Amino acid sequence: MLDNNQLLRFTTAGSVDDGKSTLIGRLLFDSKSIFEDQLEAIENTSKQKGHDGVDLALFTDGLRDEREQGITIDVAYRYFTTPKRKFIIADTPGHIQYTRNMVTGASTANAAIILVDARHGVIEQTKRHAFIASLLQIPHVIVCINKMDLVDFSEEAYNTVISQFEEFSSKLLVKDVRFIPISALLGDNVVNRSKNMDWYQGAPLLHTLETMHISSDINKVDARFPVQTVLRPQSEEFRDYRGYAGRMASGVLRKNDEITVMPSGFTSKIKSIDTFSGEAEEAFAPMSISITLEDDIDISRGDMIVRSNNKPEALQDIEVMLCWLNNSPAKPRAKYTIKHTSNEQKAMIKEVLYKIDINTLNRSSDDTEMSMNDISKVRIRTTKPLMVDSYRENRTTGSIILIDDATNETVAAGMIV
Amino acid sequence: MSKYYLNYLDELESEAIFVLREVWAQFQNPVILFSGGKDSIVVTHLARKAFHPSKIPFALMHVDTGHNFPETIKFRDDLIDNFGVRLIVGSVQESIDQGRVAEEKGKNATRNALQITTLLDAIEENKVDCAIGGGRRDEEKARAKERFFSHRDDFGQWDPKNQRPELWNLFNGKHFEGEHFRVFPISNWTEMDVWNYIKRENIQIPSLYFAHEREVVWRSNSWIPNSEFLKLDEGEEVVTKKIRFRTLGDITITGGIESDADTVEKIAQEVAAMRQTERGNRSDDKRSETAMEDRKKQGYF
Repeated sequence: MLDNNQLLRFTTAGSVDDGKSTLIGRLLFDSKSIFEDQLEAIENTSKQKGHDGVDLALFTDGLRDEREQGITIDVAYRYFTTPKRKFIIADTPGHIQYTRNMVTGASTANAAIILVDARHGVIEQTKRHAFIASLLQIPHVIVCINKMDLVDFSEEAYNTVISQFEEFSSKLLVKDVRFIPISALLGDNVVNRSKNMDWYQGAPLLHTLETMHISSDINKVDARFPVQTVLRPQSEEFRDYRGYAGRMASGVLRKNDEITVMPSGFTSKIKSIDTFSGEAEEAFAPMSISITLEDDIDISRGDMIVRSNNKPEALQDIEVMLCWLNNSPAKPRAKYTIKHTSNEQKAMIKEVLYKIDINTLNRSSDDTEMSMNDISKVRIRTTKPLMVDSYRENRTTGSIILIDDATNETVAAGMIV
Repeated sequence: MSKYYLNYLDELESEAIFVLREVWAQFQNPVILFSGGKDSIVVTHLARKAFHPSKIPFALMHVDTGHNFPETIKFRDDLIDNFGVRLIVGSVQESIDQGRVAEEKGKNATRNALQITTLLDAIEENKVDCAIGGGRRDEEKARAKERFFSHRDDFGQWDPKNQRPELWNLFNGKHFEGEHFRVFPISNWTEMDVWNYIKRENIQIPSLYFAHEREVVWRSNSWIPNSEFLKLDEGEEVVTKKIRFRTLGDITITGGIESDADTVEKIAQEVAAMRQTERGNRSDDKRSETAMEDRKKQGYF
């Protein structure tokens, strides 16, 4: 692997019937990421279950219950590497009750693979996946039209799915959509170009994943540095050192930049950007660094260092698209802990504006109860201001989670509108 | 292409440093679970980077089964001295002497499962609320579903079906008294990534990882080292081979592979060409299809 190779995270959504597990198995197998002892284990299980040949889908089974019931319960992470990139797959189950898992997998993804069965075209589940990809602002969406072998590799079937998808997705916010006709079972257009579909001029799936431009997926314009912790070494050599440690959420900061600390509003200049290997001239997302300032100001975890000429909003009332993740429904006007970057406050859901039916995209303002997997637009009030950007502009400073103080569980995830 | 992007190793490193700093900020008394294996060594190295120029603010916790490679213990003690960190040792032998656990019986008896009790006792005695581990999701199928911040109830147990959702980089380490977290900063690294990082950062690792001559016995498809704990079966024969270890665990269960790789470069090349997973030589994972899941639920590393 080369030193400048990047990391691409993608999510796959689909049910067993779409051939999702087969597709992942195929990607891992053809990129030689399945080891012999793993393959042996799958071969044995395939035989026990009476399958013909090796069932690549078995590779993605994890927990005991999943193996026994033949279903996927939770997000599973898989890894493979090619000479061009390292890949992390967030493999999420596609059933309606698992919106929570799809949202989780989507939250850090650069790309989403949405599987469509060429015989059935766009179905409700496809729409649900596309909606979540758009809600979570996954920068790239790849629609894989699978099982082309079962429709005689017909270009017409492929085009039908494209027009169905485009009709639906015109209502969504997806920036980059591509369509690839594949057969995960036979391997057509997954790693190797299909010999059965000369009419398709585009690249196979793996080549697409290896070459798509992802450097711009992170906001490089708005410099945001949430302070995680303060480094104060108790040593002779660094007696007066006071470093603000954190990871760049977005944008670029340079030595000598005029900065403002939020929410206090104090201003100063960047004296140094430090890493273990020495000083850096500049820092960009997602680098972990520590910063020292020219002036001695009181800064602690939860504060945000930004460039003085480009500040986020400091808000106590925010509107959020909220996905409910917990078995117990939201309690009206209940208080929660809200986490936003390194900041933590108390918060109250003041009002549910509407709930979205994720199959039809219809909004309902009559039914405002929030149960597991519901997605609603809500208004939240926090005890102190949060330094926020809209999620559409900044996935890091635009996202929040809610924690129930009674159970300590993470009960909801939100995207700031 | 814009110059503002990180390569995959820098991105993994930055993610791990972020996670370690979150641990420091969210917990009262975190420790690094240190086995002397390459993964916990890499985590310790990352902790040094995360808090520089401060010292590593975590103690290292080692669960000592008494069945160690002598090289591992020496390496551990040198590292403690170098980094100036505190060491906490949980002793399986003491747990046995106190009657907390009983030695396994039979031919394949090991102290692997016994470590769970010692580990949980050490966590409780030292009031540890977060144990940082070198676990990776690519290691094993149950680990593929593990969170970065993984909750353990007051019995130290993992409930895989009731894990907290983990979105973006918003980690929730809230817990009640008596509960603790396991945190895995290198969750997203593969074995290959670890070796490439060790190579790039020039990280010191125990000599056991490099090819060396050793007395071994062929058992369950790998070369088990001869030691005072090894009982020979009929037909088994001690031979001398040039081997190295891909993972390090107890001397009784860690199998070596024949190899000539005596530098990190050669190891990285060898690993890239391997057709077996690294845990393929660990007899603790071979006991059943869900051996790791079952141990993890009880509180294993």
